[in-house]
Amino acid sequence: MNNEFSIEVEHLSKHFGSFRAVDDISFNVKKGEIFGFLGANGAGKSTAMKMLCGLSKPSAGKAKIAGFDIYKDTEKIKKSIGYMSQKFSLYDDLNLKENIQFYAGIYGLNNNLITHKTNELISKFGLENSAKKLLREMPLGWKQKLAFSVAVIHSPEIVFLDEPTGGVDPITRRQFWELIYEAADSGVTVFVTTHYMDEAEYCQRISMMNAGKIVALGSPNELKNSYSADNMDEVFQKIARGN
Amino acid sequence: MNRFLEFVKKEFYHIWRDKKTLLVLFGMPPILILLFGFAISNEIKNAPIAILDNSKDEVTQKISEKLLSSGYFILYENLDSYNQIEDIFRLGKVKQVIIFETNFAYKLNSEMHANIQIISDASDPNTANTLLNYTSKIVMDYNLEINNNAKMPFVINTELKMRYNENTKSAYMFVPGLITIILMLVAAMMTSISITREKELGTMEILLASPMKPIQIIIAKVCPYLLLGLVDAIIILLLGVFVFNVPIKGSLVLLFAVGMLFITTSLSLGILISSVTSSQQIALMISLMGLMLPTMLLSGFIFPIANMPLALQLFTHLIPAKWFNIIIKDIMLKGSGFFDLWKEILILIGFTTFFILVSLKKFKIRL
Amino acid sequence: MRNIKIIIKKEFKQIFRTRTMLGIIFVMPIIQLLILAQAATYEMKDIRICVIDMDKSSTSRELINKFSASNYFKLSVYANSEKEAESALGHDKADVYINIENGFERNLIRENKSNIMLVVNAIDGARAAVIINYASSVIFDYNSEFRDKYLSIISKEYINPELKTISIVNQNWFNPELDYKTFMVPGLLVLLVSIAGLFLSGMNIVKEKEIGTIEQLNVTPIKKHELIIGKLIPFWIIGLFELGFGLLVAKLFYQTPIIGSLLDLYIFASVFMVLVLGIGFFISNIAATQQQSMFLTWFFTVIFILLSGLFTAIENMPGWAQTITMFNPLKYFIDAVRMILLKGAGLKEIIGYIYILIIYAIIINSLAAIMYKKTV
Repeated sequence: MNNEFSIEVEHLSKHFGSFRAVDDISFNVKKGEIFGFLGANGAGKSTAMKMLCGLSKPSAGKAKIAGFDIYKDTEKIKKSIGYMSQKFSLYDDLNLKENIQFYAGIYGLNNNLITHKTNELISKFGLENSAKKLLREMPLGWKQKLAFSVAVIHSPEIVFLDEPTGGVDPITRRQFWELIYEAADSGVTVFVTTHYMDEAEYCQRISMMNAGKIVALGSPNELKNSYSADNMDEVFQKIARGN
Repeated sequence: MNRFLEFVKKEFYHIWRDKKTLLVLFGMPPILILLFGFAISNEIKNAPIAILDNSKDEVTQKISEKLLSSGYFILYENLDSYNQIEDIFRLGKVKQVIIFETNFAYKLNSEMHANIQIISDASDPNTANTLLNYTSKIVMDYNLEINNNAKMPFVINTELKMRYNENTKSAYMFVPGLITIILMLVAAMMTSISITREKELGTMEILLASPMKPIQIIIAKVCPYLLLGLVDAIIILLLGVFVFNVPIKGSLVLLFAVGMLFITTSLSLGILISSVTSSQQIALMISLMGLMLPTMLLSGFIFPIANMPLALQLFTHLIPAKWFNIIIKDIMLKGSGFFDLWKEILILIGFTTFFILVSLKKFKIRL
Repeated sequence: MRNIKIIIKKEFKQIFRTRTMLGIIFVMPIIQLLILAQAATYEMKDIRICVIDMDKSSTSRELINKFSASNYFKLSVYANSEKEAESALGHDKADVYINIENGFERNLIRENKSNIMLVVNAIDGARAAVIINYASSVIFDYNSEFRDKYLSIISKEYINPELKTISIVNQNWFNPELDYKTFMVPGLLVLLVSIAGLFLSGMNIVKEKEIGTIEQLNVTPIKKHELIIGKLIPFWIIGLFELGFGLLVAKLFYQTPIIGSLLDLYIFASVFMVLVLGIGFFISNIAATQQQSMFLTWFFTVIFILLSGLFTAIENMPGWAQTITMFNPLKYFIDAVRMILLKGAGLKEIIGYIYILIIYAIIINSLAAIMYKKTV
């Protein structure tokens, strides 16, 4: 296999009984790429993503994450990835500093680095006054941005984002994507699921899932051309209707 | 009204889908009933004892035999010396040690008097006392026997009558008690947690934003639990009546009505708990730590209230379960009617109103 | 090791941040210990007795006086008819009534015997038995007294035929005052500590499941055993601390004897807490929501309590039920705490229990760990 890919997936499937949640998908994601993983609710996005993160075992197929096999090396994979789920995943009853200390500690950052990163983050967001506030007292938009920053605090090779902008206002979404670009610029591969079609435009490449299969794969422009659509929303509509 | 019914339906689905909770809800009453009916008993039999017989004559052997054939005692060990007593108690193996003095028969026959020493493990005073009574009774009977049942003049005979429970069956006590405990806990715990859960998950805000009034939402939420509680009560009643032959002497309608009243009391207590807490965990801890033991111990279910110190007896007035326990026992076992129990019923109504008023006020402030 | 420390730190912060939680963990059990220890007694006093005295003779009056002078009885109602007395019983104004019929004294003297009737509320059978016991002994004592007095009046030369007597001398060891609290307080304390531990651990993982943070933890390189150990230790410390605090309260307020060694008790408790917390985590793993977890915990707790020998002795249970109690961790701890505190038992006597608990703890915690993997 090739070293220029962060994620390599071949014929990956997940069955629940007779139901094929993920049905034989294959794709690669290049290092430093922002890869959008799109599809309607229930199309199998989350299931696929959980397998890639080592949260659930595939039924069949092969995949390598950061060069590690998803069957054998789940622990090594976990060290190389960051993850942020659709549910808010920081602790509500801890403050920002404590959350950072906890997660950064788990990823094995040493104390000096933790302090350094914490201060960097606080000054970057101008949160000097809120560093001691419990997370539950902060607005949702802030929490999402912080959750992302914490997810990449250990400079992982890949970060998985599971509908990270759900329920967030457009301005914060915009800011959130700036953070994603920033991370990608520093070499982090970004794997993001979303069902906001405008966000799909921000990705370098996207795949569309429907009923467990990948039905389209390419850059936003390629997809728009091949489906002769003006925007991603139209592409999505056409795929969903099945033509 | 239609909207309201839809809501109740939704709550039912929630509960119905949660099989584990359902299993506990409906499995608990029969298991508890069977445990109480067949396993748990205050009646002492086969208590392990040790005997230190320093005389080993026909009288001491006769007495030992009588003790061991009474059904109350079984022999754990025959001791040889006094020194062994402490060890055997410390191991927790025996409840009582019986010591016959040396030359027991000789002393009894020639000096007309002999001594038995008993050492009781009094760490459990209740068992110690009861066992001592048994031993004394058996020895006293033997004593009468060897005196050829000498006739006594001027005898006062006591005729005994057991009211409401002729055969002193323990089921008469625990069946009503269990109904009380299970209703209280099921209703109060379930509501307190299901409301705080919606608060915690943020769905409560969505519901409150709907055109339904807060009070309607709350009522719709507790409706299913009212029914569940009732089903539980009926299961226990049926088991009690058909398996343990506990009578229902009073009116079924009245029993049913006060049952509903008490479930409402418990539900409103649950609502009150949820109105003062914001996290499920706290609601849980309050309903469990705060309700379970006090309801079990202060309602007269296990320990009679009359035995408690006066201050505590007054305190039990604040436990709604105590009042219901009185009501349900009186209806079932004494056949009491509404006019015998109106005070207790009024008190329960008072509790319910109080709980509802306070929680309404709290909810208004918070939401 | 470092990961475990990080988790411990986080758990402690979360626990200590919630004031209400602290109150519930530390204050509620102590208050309950103080209050419930008073409630948990079978020791009877002030049994309310109602009398119907149709005889109104000096003998009947003396008998009634014997009742009111005894420590156990309190005269609550004077009834003029059986109907009134029945109503006193029915409305719970009296626990028992005694009916002395007209002619009681006359029959006793002329016909050498006389009857009285004792009617007792027997709903609580055990209590009724004790009441009868006490009442019979009052009547029996009065009977002997009356006999001695009357015999000495009618014939000065009457000599009691010489009878053989066997007397019984009783010694109450370990609790000479027969104080029920001595017996109940250690058991209650242990119960409260166990309940707190069980609930805290039972809610823990399932709470992270419900909030969604568990998923975040699962993608981190943290190891399963690190997570479980890291979550176990804070509750373990809290549980042991609470035990100590409770012992102090018991000693101060109830003069609970501590005859055995506290070190032995703590050795036992530290093994026990690992087991209880394991059970909690096990429940937390099978439950999907906190509500479920609470109900399962409640279910087990009630059964644990009833089959623990705390309120009713295990020896009184039938064989099959005694076998079930072998699987009840609470039984071992309650037994052990009573043996150590009240009888001065040491490691030698409780080591068998400790082995059982260790095996049990290993099984339960491994199960919890295995289950945890499956939910991922």
